[in-house]
Amino acid sequence: MATQKTEGRPHTAALSAEPAIELVGISKAFGPVQANKDISIRVMPGTIHGIIGENGAGKSTLMSILYGFYKADAGEVFIRGQKTEIPDSQAAIAAGIGMVFQHFKLVENFSVLENVVLGAESGARLMPSLSKARKLLIELAREYELNVDPDALIEDIGVGMQQRVEILKALYRQADILILDEPTGVLTPAEADHLFRILEGLKAQGKTIILITHKLREIMEVTDTVSVMRRGEMTATVKTAETSPEQLAELMVGRKVLLRVDKKPAQPAATVLDVQNLSVTDEDGVQRLKDISLNVRAGEILGIAGVAGNGQSELLNVLGGIMPGTGRVELNGESIDLTGKFSDGQSRRERGIAHVPEDRQRLGLIMDFAAWENTIFGYHHDPAYQRSSLFMNNDAIRAETALKMQRFDVRPPDPQLKAKSFSGGNQQKIVLAREIERNPDLLLVGQPTRGVDIGAIEFIHQQIVALRDQGKAILLVSVELDEIMSLSDRIAVMFDGHIMGERLPSETDEKELGMMMAGMGEGA
Amino acid sequence: MDTLPRWADVILIPVINLVLALLVSGLVVLYIGENPIEAIKILLNGAIGSTRGWGYTLYFATNFIFTGLAVSIAFHARLFNIGGEGQAAIGGLGVALVSLSINWPHWAVALPFAIIGGAVFGAAWAAIPAYLQARRGSHIVITTIMFNFIASALLVYLLVNVMKVPGSMAPETAAFPKGTNLPNAYQVLGWFGIPFNKFAPLNIAFLLALVCCVGVWALIWRTRLGYQLRAYGHSESAAVYAGISPFRITMIAMLISGGLAGLMGINAVMGEAERLVIDSVQGAGFVGIAVALMGRSHPLGVFLAAVLFGILTQGGIELEFEIPAVSREMILVIQALVILFTGALENMVRAPVERLFQRRKKRSS
Repeated sequence: MATQKTEGRPHTAALSAEPAIELVGISKAFGPVQANKDISIRVMPGTIHGIIGENGAGKSTLMSILYGFYKADAGEVFIRGQKTEIPDSQAAIAAGIGMVFQHFKLVENFSVLENVVLGAESGARLMPSLSKARKLLIELAREYELNVDPDALIEDIGVGMQQRVEILKALYRQADILILDEPTGVLTPAEADHLFRILEGLKAQGKTIILITHKLREIMEVTDTVSVMRRGEMTATVKTAETSPEQLAELMVGRKVLLRVDKKPAQPAATVLDVQNLSVTDEDGVQRLKDISLNVRAGEILGIAGVAGNGQSELLNVLGGIMPGTGRVELNGESIDLTGKFSDGQSRRERGIAHVPEDRQRLGLIMDFAAWENTIFGYHHDPAYQRSSLFMNNDAIRAETALKMQRFDVRPPDPQLKAKSFSGGNQQKIVLAREIERNPDLLLVGQPTRGVDIGAIEFIHQQIVALRDQGKAILLVSVELDEIMSLSDRIAVMFDGHIMGERLPSETDEKELGMMMAGMGEGA
Repeated sequence: MDTLPRWADVILIPVINLVLALLVSGLVVLYIGENPIEAIKILLNGAIGSTRGWGYTLYFATNFIFTGLAVSIAFHARLFNIGGEGQAAIGGLGVALVSLSINWPHWAVALPFAIIGGAVFGAAWAAIPAYLQARRGSHIVITTIMFNFIASALLVYLLVNVMKVPGSMAPETAAFPKGTNLPNAYQVLGWFGIPFNKFAPLNIAFLLALVCCVGVWALIWRTRLGYQLRAYGHSESAAVYAGISPFRITMIAMLISGGLAGLMGINAVMGEAERLVIDSVQGAGFVGIAVALMGRSHPLGVFLAAVLFGILTQGGIELEFEIPAVSREMILVIQALVILFTGALENMVRAPVERLFQRRKKRSS
């Protein structure tokens, strides 16, 4: 059991109901960076309280303080009116706080039941805990739509299910304050809706929920109150019903933000990319793409919508030369080698295909390389970067990188900084700068704004539209339906390796696309 | 991760590790009833107290530079080449074959060919594990270790059955022709009028080692190949995205690595023994791993670490001679302690030092 000091409650006890959590004057610095500055917040019991802010605004730091991972430099924490010290996560659990992390902390080869009990066994013998947990799980399932098979292994269930297991873990430890950190990042729209129904159910039972997110739509959809953070400060706390997405975005970024993409109608010209009967089988022998045909013309954006894992990644990878495939792919009327000697990333770039990969940290960047080394990655054979046949011209590359960073507003604009030192949005800008500035005929873009903050999203969307307006062909893959709807000139929906059909954004809606993403509709 | 200033990372931490290793070694010496201060005096005096000491220390260091660079370059492509021992041995065979092939008129003519012979043989010995790794996924750590044994057995076979001088009892080749004998430090420094011990084995292969240090540095940080090699070493998936062929990089990195290890034969076989003997490598291939670890795979670090291990090797031999209670095994213990502290336990010191710097930074801000 953890230390839990309690004292009398000071002056703030004015309101009728006592807050479930009250933070007063929390500050936390990491070296010169002030992650939290004098933050005060009160979360009322039985509500869903949203905390919204850009990446790096200090949301996670604040919650880590509440969960005992960090110690605040200053400030006090009150739980249900009691001043509480939270030196570690055991103390947080004892105080009734449960946390669902962005990256789940589950043992892959344990069953659901074993994971729920792990660390909270009631004795040396496992069976009593397990049967107690089983009973509880069945109860919870009935109450909150938290259906999970208690005996399934974690590695066999989907992410949506895994997240429910995390919630069950917290509830099993009798948490009545639940913190969820970016819970929908890995979920499909349907799974996210299900999660929100679960949260509503928990709220109805009197639980208090703190939802950390950078997605405005979620805040508007489920929260009662929302607090906005910017650069370590709490800029506002408002009733959700009394605010609007535009106002919240402005509070987050500190300036007016265009939530819609401003673009002229497309003026498609000749076909640039023509894909006929493309199929891909991965290393495990699973067929990922099944006889796909599509085309992209110059000056248009073809958006590929779909739930992650339905073949979109493979489509990008085959076109980008990372994976072999079978079928026929033509670029500007000339066929492309899909299996042989010229089916690698180098040959694709020479043909004028640029690729902003879905996973910039694993594919698009070398995280331990400096920015200047990353801005030539994949184009390092370009004679412009060589001093002689043997040596690279590092000075010229650094100078060029400084210019690129300026044009793409990468912050901080320091070519010597390692890629891993930049925020997600700035990392993405480095990749975009590299690929767009090569002036490609075809740009493949995967998840251009995943993990990118609102201010940068606007900029990235503008760059993609600007490239389109220069008459380039763009193939966009995104799991964010909003993004697909607002950027694309045509939308193709993928499900289980098939193209379910194509729609014009003006003639469809999220509901129809959602049905197609779930495999219902024409085609299949 | 960049919490430490560069000088602390490169100098302070290795020095603390070294001091800790020496302290524990001192305790060991104390335990067997000898005076540790006296022991370290003898060690240092034997290694760097005379031109003879320097001559041996730098001769050993030359071996370690070659094998250390070999391990380092493979490290940069995230390949753990444990096969330096075997590659150096086969490289020595290559050097011997070149040296014995014709009656060389002058060492300056023989040297370039011997360099090619050593490098090609060393590279060829590394090529087989590299191919198995790149094409078949056989783990390079396992295959290179196995190839050390094969190399050793092959050399024994060749020296006993094929290359031995007929009628001789010794499993070694004939002495190389005079025209292949490399000038030693006594001769080279003599050209400049600097006196040096006449019998120390240090020879011009040391200069070749320095050239290799600079060459490896330029290769890794200044060329396109080095760029691709490091990219592959940091992230294979990203390398594939960029169109860098994992097969090609694995092969090239291992060929260069094996070639550098093979060059050790120039120093040990051509420069010192002037014939091929059994076990010309004497564990330098394995010391190279420690040297690369301690030198953080940077040629300058490899050079400094190689000199340190040269001092330990030469000083250890003197120590064994002066204090009989300090046996050969005891010297190994001391060397192992240095490897343990500088390589394996590196993080033990790193964490507290990082905390110290963080606290200081906080106080000053």
